[in-house]
Amino acid sequence: MEMDTNLALLLVLTPFLGFLINVFFGKSLGKTVSGTIGTVAVAISFVVSLLLFNQITSTGKGIEVTLFDWIQISNLKINLGFLLDQLSVLWLLFVTGIGSLIHLYSISYMHDDENMHKFFAYLNLFVFFMITLVIGSNLLVLFIGWEGVGLCSYLLIGFWHKNQDYNDAAKKAFIMNRIGDLGLLIGMFIIGSMFSTLDYATLKTAIAGASNLNLPLLSLAALCLFIGACGKSAQIPLYTWLPDAMAGPTPVSALIHAATMVTAGIFMVTRLNFVFNLATDVQSVIAIIGAITSLVAATIGLVQNDIKKVLAYSTVSQLGLMFLALGFGAYEVAVFHVITHAFFKACLFLGSGSVIHGLHGEQDMRNMGGLRKAMPITFWTMLISSLAISGVPFFSGFFSKDEILLTAFHHSIPLYVVGSIASIMTAFYMFRLMFLTFFKEFRGTEEQKHHLHESGALITIPLIILAILATFGGLISLPGHSWLNEYLSPLFTKAAGEEHHLGTTEYTLMGVAVLGGLLGILIAYVKYFKQDNVPESDENITGLSKVLYNKYYVDEIYDAIFVRSVNGLSRFFRDYIETGLSTLVFGLGKITNELAFQGKKVQTGSIGLYLFVFVLGLCAIVSYIFLAK
Amino acid sequence: MNVSLILIILLVGAFVTYFAGDKIASKVALFFSLAALGCSVVLLNHFSAGENISLINAWINQPKISFALNADGLAIAMLLLTVALTPIIIFSSFGNEYKNAKAFYSLILFMAFAMTGTFLAADGLLYYIFWELALIPIYFIALIWGNGDADERRKAVVKFFIYTLAGSLFMLTAFIYLSQKANGSFLIEDLYKVELSSCEQLWIFLAFFLAYAIKIPIIPFHTWQANVYQKAPTVGTMLLSGIMLKMGLYSVIRWQLPIAPLAAKEYLYIFIALGIAGVIYGSIVALKQKDLKKLLAYSSLAHVGLIAAGSYTLTLDGLRGAVLQMIAHGFVVVGLFYAAEVIFRRFETREIAELGGIRTQSPKFTSMFLILVLASVALPGTFNFVGEFTVLYSLSKINIWFAILGGTTIILGAYYMLRMFQHVMLGETNSKTFADVSLNEGISFAVIIAFLLFFGLYPKPITDLITPSLETILNVINKN
Repeated sequence: MEMDTNLALLLVLTPFLGFLINVFFGKSLGKTVSGTIGTVAVAISFVVSLLLFNQITSTGKGIEVTLFDWIQISNLKINLGFLLDQLSVLWLLFVTGIGSLIHLYSISYMHDDENMHKFFAYLNLFVFFMITLVIGSNLLVLFIGWEGVGLCSYLLIGFWHKNQDYNDAAKKAFIMNRIGDLGLLIGMFIIGSMFSTLDYATLKTAIAGASNLNLPLLSLAALCLFIGACGKSAQIPLYTWLPDAMAGPTPVSALIHAATMVTAGIFMVTRLNFVFNLATDVQSVIAIIGAITSLVAATIGLVQNDIKKVLAYSTVSQLGLMFLALGFGAYEVAVFHVITHAFFKACLFLGSGSVIHGLHGEQDMRNMGGLRKAMPITFWTMLISSLAISGVPFFSGFFSKDEILLTAFHHSIPLYVVGSIASIMTAFYMFRLMFLTFFKEFRGTEEQKHHLHESGALITIPLIILAILATFGGLISLPGHSWLNEYLSPLFTKAAGEEHHLGTTEYTLMGVAVLGGLLGILIAYVKYFKQDNVPESDENITGLSKVLYNKYYVDEIYDAIFVRSVNGLSRFFRDYIETGLSTLVFGLGKITNELAFQGKKVQTGSIGLYLFVFVLGLCAIVSYIFLAK
Repeated sequence: MNVSLILIILLVGAFVTYFAGDKIASKVALFFSLAALGCSVVLLNHFSAGENISLINAWINQPKISFALNADGLAIAMLLLTVALTPIIIFSSFGNEYKNAKAFYSLILFMAFAMTGTFLAADGLLYYIFWELALIPIYFIALIWGNGDADERRKAVVKFFIYTLAGSLFMLTAFIYLSQKANGSFLIEDLYKVELSSCEQLWIFLAFFLAYAIKIPIIPFHTWQANVYQKAPTVGTMLLSGIMLKMGLYSVIRWQLPIAPLAAKEYLYIFIALGIAGVIYGSIVALKQKDLKKLLAYSSLAHVGLIAAGSYTLTLDGLRGAVLQMIAHGFVVVGLFYAAEVIFRRFETREIAELGGIRTQSPKFTSMFLILVLASVALPGTFNFVGEFTVLYSLSKINIWFAILGGTTIILGAYYMLRMFQHVMLGETNSKTFADVSLNEGISFAVIIAFLLFFGLYPKPITDLITPSLETILNVINKN
């Protein structure tokens, strides 16, 4: 027990220590040392995660660690405690694993930045909070991590803080997440008052043992929790912050806004699967929102020209697919896609970073092209990841995406169709990206062309490792023989999803999916390789493309409806209500003044008048007495 | 040993400071405030060991007023808040030069004396005397050492003085009425025992409410606040927002609710709604403020609205969350106003539009300011989260809509605070030079931040301190 506590503390506190060292001494330590400390801190956590993984697979039991009482509420006692079970350790593995690689990458990528030590401090802090989120033993500890990663996201999006546009993006991310967080809080309140606990294990037993559950209330709780997930995992209607979050340095996009933080919503829903299983209506909502998000984001991704924006919308779209699976209660399928997606999307983002780095900050694909020869490693690793995300057979994404579509097919044909269309679009825009970036002639400046080169080893090694994982990651859950499903099975009360027995339908669907993916690739090939099209410059984009290019004007709509009305209201309150109330209070004073002023006039000093009033008063009193009788 | 010791230290301190002269006044005041803090900690130990540190002495015979100081956990918590913030506030002023410094620092200690008395007093009239006494030093501090146009300042400060005084008179009336029902006694336990019809209770409740609603302030009685916060010297603003407004919130729990519980129960929804309206209104008004101190004033309005709503739930969670939040808010708001002061020392302005680009020049200050901003928006891990979560939870048990509407504070709060932070701190490097925080400034920030983070993760000592006395008060409330 002692040993477990120490391991858990080592796991979570090492990145925090890295954060402290870099905050206080990072500048004086120098860039390389500061970067190395940051990387080693996360790598240590990774090693600890491996140890924990080993322990859990051998014993099959989760580890619970309670540190101390945190918040005391009459019927709720909330501990600061950790739960290291199959789910959290799995998440830990890829958070710290990919985290280490991205830290390593950043040593080179951020080397020219004067505040590199801060960057590593924030990254370490992020890993610390992400670990807290994952291993918390109750919802409130999850919430510490949940808001903490939001903070780090804020800090890292606005890392280049001289640019107010970036700061706006950072602020937007934080606030939109907080909208979701309110949902999460309310969900916690409902669950807390229903079951007097926020602890996962206790909650699970309480729900299993409860008779006469108030199902509508529980569904409401589930819906509120899902709103929280929408914020963090960028689902409709709270998705618009994620594309803007690309203002942050590219390693941040890879780590936080693709591989780890944005999967927190999926983690939470999976963690609380026993709640969501009872809320079937909410599950349908989740599936529908997921499907629509995946389609909407994919359509926007079709026409974007900023290489990171394409990847950002792709991330939103893929997260949508994961929620589609969650909606059908296929948690292990969603988790599977989370993992493969983490591999190939991290690789794609890091690859795009390598490209951007090579072109000294250029992100517009219209000014790229032909980079294949100058940057072969970047090209090949990105190609592999693109094949994976497009669902080309035997790459990791093929297996995970196929599982999702298969699940959808068994539950709802319309949603299956929506998901499939999104997948075809994914294949198209990914290869549009590949062709525009790496093939044909270079379209940038002569100056850039002169300096084209492959990035250094610190950048290419993480790319290669991730590409290998993106290729073989699918092995953890092969159709019909899934290690992952078995590993996760203790989490789920029902038999781990539906094992899809491979029959004719399944093979047909697989074939359709593969053909769809190849079709997308083919269209991209024809359009951007054969015909050598380059997307129009901004002012020439018209019609539907313009709507898509401008992301359906959702930002503008939100701005008009919410932001402006709140600001207008604020101005109205400030200028009218506040001054009005103030005048009112002063008015009371003025009335007193005025009364005194008028009363003063009576005090004329004339005895005659005083006598007259005196007599008048006397008459009044006397007549009152008589009349009253 | 009893709590009157703290009052004596502060009062003696006020006199000694005055006679020590301008040169060393600030240091003498700091010494006495630290002595008060030290003694309070010793007293806390005695209290925890089960010793009785309260005091009842007969004082005036006709009317029968006792010098009664009741030190239960709740009062001790508020006492500690006062004596912990006072040295921080005094120390934070060390970078500034004040004319007639001896009077200035003497008044600060005198105010701390009066506020401590208010928190401890267990006799209605004694309490009333301390309550009004606290108004006098802040009146002079704001009037004499304030900033901006002298005429406008006088107008704002006089308005504040008369407004709060007027409100308090209703409370005095209520006390006189109550004591007649209690055979002339003003002792709190006698007042608790007075049997009142629900109609009487309503009037008593409203009389108290007027006094407290103005002091806290609860909308729409808040109009004095923003102007006074802006015009008072920062030390005064800290005293007002950090401690003095807690007198109102504390009094709701100590006096208003247990004395008129029926009215509180009957109109529960209305008063909770009023508090929550303050949350939303304050947050929205804060958004478009041009002056940094005014923005913080409205943010304070929003926060105390939530605290008031928590108190009016009449549940243990609500009261406990409210008290936790009072303490947390006291610290964070002092820190935030101090940050405004640090900026003002360098740029001589608090106009948000004229600021910006400080982060590149002073990363240390930026980090500390940001932590305070995050505490203010109740990021989990800060003490403010503990209070806010508890209050919102208690509201959700009354009605889920209260929690949702009150919970908008986490969205709106983040909006106006981050927006402020962005325009004050971020952006292109400011053309004016911003010297990095001095050692003194750093110490003040560090103490506040350390407090907020430590109790954010381990609030148990404070919770354990206040819970028994809150339970006692709830028993009185629910006795009928």
